[in-house]
Amino acid sequence: MNQWAFVVTAYAITGLGIAGLVAWAAGSMRRAEARLDELTRP
Amino acid sequence: MHAFANPARFLRIARPATAWLLGIGVALSLVGGVIGLMLTPPDYLQGETVRILYIHVPSAWLGMAGWGAIASASVSQLVWRHPLAAVAGRASAPAGAIFAALCLLTGSIWGRPTWGTWWEWDGRLTSMLILFFLYLGYIALAASERERGGDGRIAAIFGLVGAINLPIIHYSVLWWRTLHQGQSIGVSGSSIDRSMLLPLPLTMIGFTAIFAAVVLMRMRAELAQTKIEGRMRRRAAE
Repeated sequence: MNQWAFVVTAYAITGLGIAGLVAWAAGSMRRAEARLDELTRP
Repeated sequence: MHAFANPARFLRIARPATAWLLGIGVALSLVGGVIGLMLTPPDYLQGETVRILYIHVPSAWLGMAGWGAIASASVSQLVWRHPLAAVAGRASAPAGAIFAALCLLTGSIWGRPTWGTWWEWDGRLTSMLILFFLYLGYIALAASERERGGDGRIAAIFGLVGAINLPIIHYSVLWWRTLHQGQSIGVSGSSIDRSMLLPLPLTMIGFTAIFAAVVLMRMRAELAQTKIEGRMRRRAAE
């Protein structure tokens, strides 16, 4: 059993999970704030 | 906390804090990850798989801390009617759910070569799985309550009731016979060898800073969305 395969898989899943979470949160924030800017612009 | 009751004041602080927390979090997590993968020695019993614990432990901490944040926000909402408490509770849930899921996944991947099984229905693993399902329930409940124009009180009560699971997770390794090891780091010291200890505080602080940045981003998104909805309603009424 190659232990490194388990280690690399765990780090990859964690990296992808955190990157996905940050991208989703940043995307939803940017979209909402841009839409608000659009509405408040005279 | 009440100093941040004004959303405008909160946003003045949250905008620069988001970028700083995210930058510091990503940097510390990367440094901790690289040290954990390349510079620390393998464990004499677990071998290379001990490196998984440098990401598993912070994920477990944040899975539990996320519900701690929901419970605190719930108290703040129900007792003091803090105007941002419901927003903070809803913002903490997705990040907490992701870290609880990462804790379960990385634990399972660590368990296969170390225990010889992907899963075991013991106290620690089962109570952590229940926490993940509680997150899903809270997210669905809070979203439906917000959609119906509610003030988030039902979700806050659910958040408080769900907090009963946190001491169960923490003490499960003492209360029940379990495969999961007990606490390695406590107030009196650490049973982990010094040569293997360095990456853990780095990933703990790094993941926590990323978690805080995500919560702030979600709070900013929801506050902007609330303002958008208010403006749309006013426009429709004109």
